[in-house]
Amino acid sequence: MSKIRVLVGTKKGGFILASDGQRKKWTVDGPLFAGWEIYHMKGSPVDPNRIFASQTSSWFGQIIQRSDDGGKTWNTPGGEKMPTPYDPPGGLSNKFVYDTSAETGKALTTHQWYDSTQHPWEFKRVWHLEPSLDDPETVYAGVEDAALFKTTNGGRSWSELPGLRGHKSGSQWAPGAGGMGLHTIILDPKNPKRIYIAISAAGTFRTDDGGESWQPINKGLKSQYIPDPEAEVGHCVHRIAMHPSNPNVLYMQKHWDVMRSDDAGSSWHEISGNLPTDFGFPIEVHAHEPQTIYVVPIKSDSEHYPLDGKLRVYRSRSGGNEWEALTKGLPQKDCYVNILRDAMSIDHLDSCGVYFGTTGGQVYVSTNGGDNWEAIVHDLPPVLSVEVQTLK
Amino acid sequence: MIRVSLPAHLKTLARIDTEICFDIKEPITQRTLLDALEFRFPMLCGTIRDHVTKKRRPFLRFFACGEDLSLESPDAPLPSAVVSGQEPFLIIGSVAGG
Repeated sequence: MSKIRVLVGTKKGGFILASDGQRKKWTVDGPLFAGWEIYHMKGSPVDPNRIFASQTSSWFGQIIQRSDDGGKTWNTPGGEKMPTPYDPPGGLSNKFVYDTSAETGKALTTHQWYDSTQHPWEFKRVWHLEPSLDDPETVYAGVEDAALFKTTNGGRSWSELPGLRGHKSGSQWAPGAGGMGLHTIILDPKNPKRIYIAISAAGTFRTDDGGESWQPINKGLKSQYIPDPEAEVGHCVHRIAMHPSNPNVLYMQKHWDVMRSDDAGSSWHEISGNLPTDFGFPIEVHAHEPQTIYVVPIKSDSEHYPLDGKLRVYRSRSGGNEWEALTKGLPQKDCYVNILRDAMSIDHLDSCGVYFGTTGGQVYVSTNGGDNWEAIVHDLPPVLSVEVQTLK
Repeated sequence: MIRVSLPAHLKTLARIDTEICFDIKEPITQRTLLDALEFRFPMLCGTIRDHVTKKRRPFLRFFACGEDLSLESPDAPLPSAVVSGQEPFLIIGSVAGG
């Protein structure tokens, strides 16, 4: 019998929701790391009981937590009390320091600030953790201010992949309203050297050499809020998604516009179609139907809540353009929550489950691909992220 | 025996629920106290002061003996009452807006 584990990051701690494959009865464990912001938790595909968590605070900085028993116990890798001598020394799991080496650091000085002046890069937090598809010791971390870090020792220490931030366009990257975060990391399951990342507000980038060099892949994006709407970088990409069986097809929820690429990001075309508004944050792909995608339209960039107070997930079964509203079980009046970019996920059971969390503290599940919804929990702190593990 | 009091979030992180007490060699300063604290509790590295510059994080303050020591030199001797353990060294999350 399969089991489902839902990892929920919130503004005031982490929670683990668990159920059997029926997905009817749920247990709720938490808050983990009570009082801290848990931006993201994600399990290793290789060892699902190994879970990494980004624990963060404006007061106390960044902490990386790791569980090796499915979330029952946690530790800060390399942060054990009263350590005996080991390498690397303690505390490095919390250490995210930009590469300033002479070889690669020269171009890493400043980025564009809100007022178009240049501003130094300042590490603030880890937004997203992406464990390797084949090595439980390797994890990628997307951080604010935008950069990509990597650990190859289970989170004990982290190093920047400086080729990304050192791209010649780095000085043109700018923060979005929520900061300049690297929020999306997608590992190509068929090409271990290929990684996609997305940054608000720089755009989407791809590496084909394991992270040494990067190219912007934003051709076809149009953004009216930058001087050149079709610039190479500067687009506020909110999220990208891929189906593992079809890794050259990417879907994107941009600040405005839902987009699709059929050539690994080299070019994009709009698929907003009949959506009532094409602003939003998350986008997700069905587990077994690579052309079935989900978005949650939000009224606008100044009003971050559903249109008309109706919480509606939209599903396209045709890879975009033709969308249907999914409303059964979701509030259809007086609903003014938001769904953040990392707060939607799917399971891999035969009848695909779709999950999302809201800034109102609800986590919803549909066990039939979006046709019907119910709340697993109603009253968590504002939800920052949702990841689902399908366990054998 | 030095006594150090942490804010609640850092107590949770360090898995303690009381003051921390330990001996350190002279000179006893903010810097040597924090070095000793981080050695004993490596998970606190980076949470009180910056990993690289070793500067106090901007939203934290250091109090002792009814005084705000936040802006003192990290190499200045700590008050004798802190050194003797009569008074704790307080690490406080700064309060903004009540």
